[in-house]
Formats: sequence, structure tokens, C-alpha cells
Amino acid sequence: MSSHVLDRLRALLGGAAVSRDPDGLPRAVPDSVDAVAATLRLAEESGWRARVEGHGSWMQPDAPADFALTTRGLDRIVAVHPADLVATVEAGVAVDVLQRRLAADGMWLAVDPPGRPDRTIGSVLATATAGALRAGFGPVRDFVLGCSVVTGDGRIVRPGGTVVKNVAGYDLTRLQVGGFGAFGVLTMLHLRLRTRPQVEATLLARGPRDHLTSAARDLLAAQVHPAALELVSPTVAAASDWVLAARCVGSEAAVEAERALLLGATDLPWTELDADKAHAFWHLATHAASGADVTLRLGVLAPGLDEMIDLVGQHLDEGLVWAGALEGGLRWAGDAAPDRLRTLRGLAAAREVPLTLERAPWALRHAIGHFGAYREGVGPLVTQLREAFDPTGRLVVAIDGAEA
Amino acid sequence: MSEALRAELARIVGPRWVRSRPAELAVYEADGLPTHSSRPALAVLPGNRRELVEVLRLLHLASIPFVARGAGTGLSGGALAGGDAVLVILTRLNRILRLDPATRRAVVEPGVVNARLSDAALPYGLHYAPDPSSQTACTLGGNVAENAGGPHCLKYGVTTNHVAALDVVLPDGRLARLGSPSGEAWGPDLVGLFVGSEGMFGIALQITLRLEPLPAAVRTLLAAFPTIRAASEAVSGIIAGGIVPAAMEMMDQACVRAVEASIYAAGYPVDAAAVLLVEVDGSAASVAAEAQAVESLLRRHGASEIRQAETAAERARLWQGRKKAFGAMGRIAPDLAVQDAVVPRSALPDILDQVAAIATRHRLTVANVFHAGDGNLHPNISFDSRDPALVARVHAANRDIMHACLAAGGSITGEHGVGSDKLEYMPDAFDAETLGAMRAVRQVFDPDGRANPGKVIPLHACREWHRGGRA
Repeated sequence: MSSHVLDRLRALLGGAAVSRDPDGLPRAVPDSVDAVAATLRLAEESGWRARVEGHGSWMQPDAPADFALTTRGLDRIVAVHPADLVATVEAGVAVDVLQRRLAADGMWLAVDPPGRPDRTIGSVLATATAGALRAGFGPVRDFVLGCSVVTGDGRIVRPGGTVVKNVAGYDLTRLQVGGFGAFGVLTMLHLRLRTRPQVEATLLARGPRDHLTSAARDLLAAQVHPAALELVSPTVAAASDWVLAARCVGSEAAVEAERALLLGATDLPWTELDADKAHAFWHLATHAASGADVTLRLGVLAPGLDEMIDLVGQHLDEGLVWAGALEGGLRWAGDAAPDRLRTLRGLAAAREVPLTLERAPWALRHAIGHFGAYREGVGPLVTQLREAFDPTGRLVVAIDGAEA
Repeated sequence: MSEALRAELARIVGPRWVRSRPAELAVYEADGLPTHSSRPALAVLPGNRRELVEVLRLLHLASIPFVARGAGTGLSGGALAGGDAVLVILTRLNRILRLDPATRRAVVEPGVVNARLSDAALPYGLHYAPDPSSQTACTLGGNVAENAGGPHCLKYGVTTNHVAALDVVLPDGRLARLGSPSGEAWGPDLVGLFVGSEGMFGIALQITLRLEPLPAAVRTLLAAFPTIRAASEAVSGIIAGGIVPAAMEMMDQACVRAVEASIYAAGYPVDAAAVLLVEVDGSAASVAAEAQAVESLLRRHGASEIRQAETAAERARLWQGRKKAFGAMGRIAPDLAVQDAVVPRSALPDILDQVAAIATRHRLTVANVFHAGDGNLHPNISFDSRDPALVARVHAANRDIMHACLAAGGSITGEHGVGSDKLEYMPDAFDAETLGAMRAVRQVFDPDGRANPGKVIPLHACREWHRGGRA
């Protein structure tokens, strides 16, 4: 089977665009949206199942499939428009490559996703994994103006556009961002950018967790709103205590004003880091997640953080914890068994908190799904949307788990 | 419309909340756009969630189409019902159910008027940021349906960026709870998919919205420019300077003169080719610094006059002219076609030249008022709808403007929606496969196509998709 698949993919895409992955699975490396579509149409005709991956550095490339389809051949930065603060990029572009290119024009994409710096932008959007900057700049979906996506049966769909405001037609881009590839393969993205901040400042405060969350509430009440205010566990910060990290970005006056407010609104012992140390801290905090097998996020509001961190602590082994002290949101990374995750998901759902499995080995993904504990009426909608965008199930994605 | 169905609806909502006499229905024939009209078979005004769900279940059993409508301030001919369709009016579902300052969330019914939520949030130092010009009348349910914007969306985002969760009733009467208070989804982002679906996926029963803190300081600047191009370049210069103003609005001379001749006169300079309003907000220190930076950028780009509103009353006056500009244009002619399109910000000067040329070609008067920071144009054409030849020229001019915006890499609508008005341009904006995908998604929510039929998706232009298998 495997060599038959390999031969037919080579016949379609050319020998250079097909290889084998480390496990011997045929791997298609299409270099255009049309080639992705042709590959999936061939899979549809042949009854093959595809595992979609980027560089394979975030989601484990281990789903059972007849072949792997990687977006790493889609690595062009197609257009950058500094005057309009928008860019069009292919899904296989690495985030660090993109940021360097944008920096050359005085811009940035204001996201700091967990994982390795060379994660593909497609992987960040497909899994909607935001980092600490979501507090100041919003979730990942707010940066995506439009996309090209190839459905499981090889249709090319292009919702949205390249302008920053657009309500023409249904917002199908929203279905794809955070859809974990269950509704198609993201191939091209239109992104909203920002001007690079003139000045940055990072301040840290260490202490007992409840002391820090209480201080964060004071900051919220005082309307201090830095670009990031992230609470990280000692395991993340490689410290003996919890750390509250504030990142202020903007004009010199704005950062100066924010720093003064930050220092004035709480009695925390803030320490300001110099540029190198600040960079090292955020690099460590952002990339620590890659070291663990399982990463999940909980959509909890800031006032519920303490309770949720306790709940996670009771049901999962000690792991790495990141929490948005202003806007909420909690990420946990570690190692966990399916039954414990199911229990935690149920308990969180009872508190109106969704648990999304961001990454895990296939067996765990398959067992509990990226999503679950759907609220009333959601399950049938997800199933039918999946049928519309991947009618014969070519895309191997554990969208809602074996038990759902 | 059968008498039995009318009686059954009256049983659910009470007889006085079912309207079927022509005189009663006349008020529902159009929305804010005078170029489209259609009389519903009947209008029903449920008084609460239970009644609304029961109405939809009844219409489902009777296979009757329906159109949800809020205050009817839409500008795309979207909330119009024709044929045997029933208009479901949501203005009686107008309770703010919860307002929680600790989580900065409000839970509202769909008929709550936009500005009322900000009023209710004011004592907590919070507000609801999206502020369409019609905010004193338009409903939040309508805002969700259209993904409404407004001047302050430049910094704070549009409706979709503020909706955390939705309780919806699907067209067949089933209920679904989308999203969560935090905004994180239970699965894919169905809230994001529902917002902006123009009443074709179902009706929102409860809307959970994010509130924003009121800024500690606000400064509004008015700048007059000798040319529209200079004003447009100032807009790009401010954004490129790393400043994200809360709002950045432009009015051309025709618009300014209409405002100044009206009861909404705001003291705008009538001899300027363009007037730019720029508002910065934030902490007192950063606002002072940003206002200074904006002022020097405005001067550098050739502003002939700059004023800063110092007091709340002065700010309110400057904004009143902008927000009531559509009303002020009512002085020019009996009818106003408020248009909506988007171009990349850098294309603004060229597209405004093209709009002026299109107006001249079709012998029409166009006044421009727009969200310059977003590249979101509102070329408004004054006309008299009693003159069919004039109406045809208005339509031809609108078509030319849409094509010009698409050719510039833009969109046919930034905040008003497709509705009936932009239906014909959808095949110019999207290919047949993408339109087919939109239709397929619509069929997931509304398999019978009974919710707001005939809007947004031109069926003839869709490539066929079938749920659960290929065509």
C-alpha cells in the first residue's frame, strides 16, 4: 500500500515533492494551493486518509494515515504591505522567519505562540494557540482577515479578503482558525499586522500565587492594561515561586505611563528586566511548552483562575502553568492520562469553562479529542460542518474524541 | 398566510402582537436603505424567549420562511420579508439580563438598543465599544447579525471581537449554546461563524458581550485639509507612526456642508476639502503624548487648521456632526443611498478620485463620510426615489463604485452587510466554490433555507456542494 501511494503521489506531484517521513510513511510536499487540492482529490478518489502537518514541531506527527501532507513546501511570504499593515503568507512559513521579514519593514504580527520559534504560521492558526500577548492584542483569530483552505475532497475555498474590515459573506475564516484542520487544510493566510512598538518594558514580580492573582485584580480595577500580564508557575519560570510578568509595549510615553501605573497600583516587588533578560524570559516562558507531551487550554475568566489552577492541580500531575492574569485563559503542559483529562473537562464544563486539548500523542487525542463536553446543540453542528468540509473523512483529526 | 396560522401565532404572543393589516405592515417595508422594499405577509412580536422559540417551532412545522428584524436601521435591505415570509420582530426582547463588572461581561437579549448597554455600564466605568452611527436606535441582535462596526472599531474591533457567547435558536426551533463567557469556544469558533450571518443561521436569544473600561483620558482633534489626498495621506502617516487612534473619521466638503447647514452643525470648516476627526484615548500621560504626535503629523501632511476638543461638551459636538451626517444629508434630497465598501487604506486617495469621477459620469451628488483608519468608505448618494431614471443611475453608480473597490483589492461591504443590496456583487467578490461553501454552511444551520431567504448568497452563482458527499 505504502509504495503504491508513494508512486501515485510522485506521478501527481513529481518525485521531488514526495518523500518518506521517518516512519516510512509517504509524505507529500505540495508547493502550491492547487497542488494541495490535487493531492486531496487523489486521496478522495483513492480512499486514502491524510495526516496534515507543518514542520511537525507542535502537534505530534503521529496520526494513523495512508500518507502525510505537509505544508512546509508552502513557504512563501507572498506580499507585505507596510502602508496597509497587512501581509499575505503561505501556511508553511515559519513564525520566526515571518517576524524577521516584518521587522525589516517596522512591523510585527502581535502573537507569541507557545512552541518552537520555527512553528509554521498555519499551525498557530489551525490550533489557535495564542501566548501572553493575547491580553493586549486579542486572540489569534483577530489577526486573520481571510484565507485559502483546501477541503478534504480537494475544493479550494477563499473566504474573507485582504482588508482590515470586511463583512462580505459568512465568516468561514473563523471556522478554520482553531478548527485543528478538521474543516480543511489552511494554505494561504491574509494577516493583520501592527507597527513595531518603539519601546518595550518587562517587569516581573515573584511571590505566592494568591498574592499575585490578588494584585492582578487590583491592576484590573485600576485599569492598568499592559500588552501581557501573565502568571506563570515556578516550573515555567525555573524559579522557586510563582511569577507575574508584565510586558508593556508602545510609544515611549505610553510605556512610561504604564510602568508608573503598574508600580503605583500594587505593593508587589516589581523588578524590571533589561532587554536581553526580558527577551530570554519570554523566550523561556513561550517555548517551555514544547518540552511536555500534552498541552491543554482552559477558557476561564480571570476571577476564576485561582479555582481553576487548584482544580487542575488536583486532577493532573504537576505541570507547567501559564495564566492570563487580566483577560483569563489558562494553559497547562505536562503528562496526563485520558481518564483524568475527561474528568477535568467535565468539571471545567460544569463551570462553563471549555477545555481544549492543544497537543498530545495520537492515542490521547483520539481518546478524548481536541474538543468535548459540548454544550447544547453544538455536537450536531460540528458533525455536519465536518461532513460539509470533509465529506468522506480524508483528514485524520481527532476533533471530538472517541467517547464523544 | 392561513387564518389558522395567524390564530396560532396570536395564541403564542397575544393578538395585539401579530400585525397583518397593510397599514401596520407598511412601516416594515424597508430598512434604512430606501432602494429596497418588500411587504411581509405578517409581522409577529414575541415578548420573551419562550414565545420566540415557540414561534419558530410553529413556522418550522408550517414550513413558513421568516426574517428576524430588530430596529430596522440596517443599511443593506437585509431585514426585509416578502412573499409568504413572516417578519419576527425582536424589539420586545429588550432586557439586560446581567452586567458583571468583575468579568467585564454583559448578557443581553437581542432587542436591547446598543447605546443602552453603554449607559447601563457607565456606573461601573465600562462601556460597549462598537458604536454604529445608529447606536441610539439599533439593537445588539442586529449588530450581531450584521457584525456591525462604527468609528471606534479602529482601535477596539468590530462586533465579532466583542461577542463571547451566544444562545441561539436555529430555524427549526432547536437550541444551541455557542461559545463561553471567556470567549473560548466549545469546539470550532461557531460564535465567530454566527456573527455576521445576517439572520440566515438562526436568531440569537442571549448575547454575552465583552465590555471595555472607559478610557481615563480622551482627546479629539479636528483637522482641515485643502485636498482629500492630503487628508488620506495623513491617515496613513498616523498609522505608520505606530499610533492606533480610537477613531479616525473623514468627511468631504459635500458632507461637511450638509452637516453645517443642518441642526447638527458642529462648527466644521466649510471651506476645507476634507475634515478629519482623530480621537486618541488611554491614560492621561499617553493621551497627551499621542495627541501631540498626531498634531505634528497632521501639520506635516498639510492640515490648514487643527482644533483640539478640550471638554466633554466640545468632543460631543464634534462627534455629533459625524454621527448625524447621514441625517444631515437628508436636506440635500428626499432619499439617501448610504453605501459601504472597503479598500486598503493606501488606496483611499485614488478610490475617492474614482468615486468622484463615477458620480460625475452618472450626474449624481455624492457625499463621503467614512472610517478612514479602516479604509471603510461610505459614499452617499442623494436622490429622489420617485424618479425611476434617477434610481437607475444611482444603481449604476453603486455598481461602478463596488467594482472600483474590488479592483483596488477591497471588499463590497465593511460593516453594513450584503443583504439584498450587495447580492449581485457577491460573484464578483467570491468564486463559485467559496460561494458554494457558504451555502453549504448555511444548510448546516438552516437545511430548509427558511431563515431570511434570498439574501447574501446568490444561489445561481454557487458551485454545488452536498452535505455528506460530493456533488
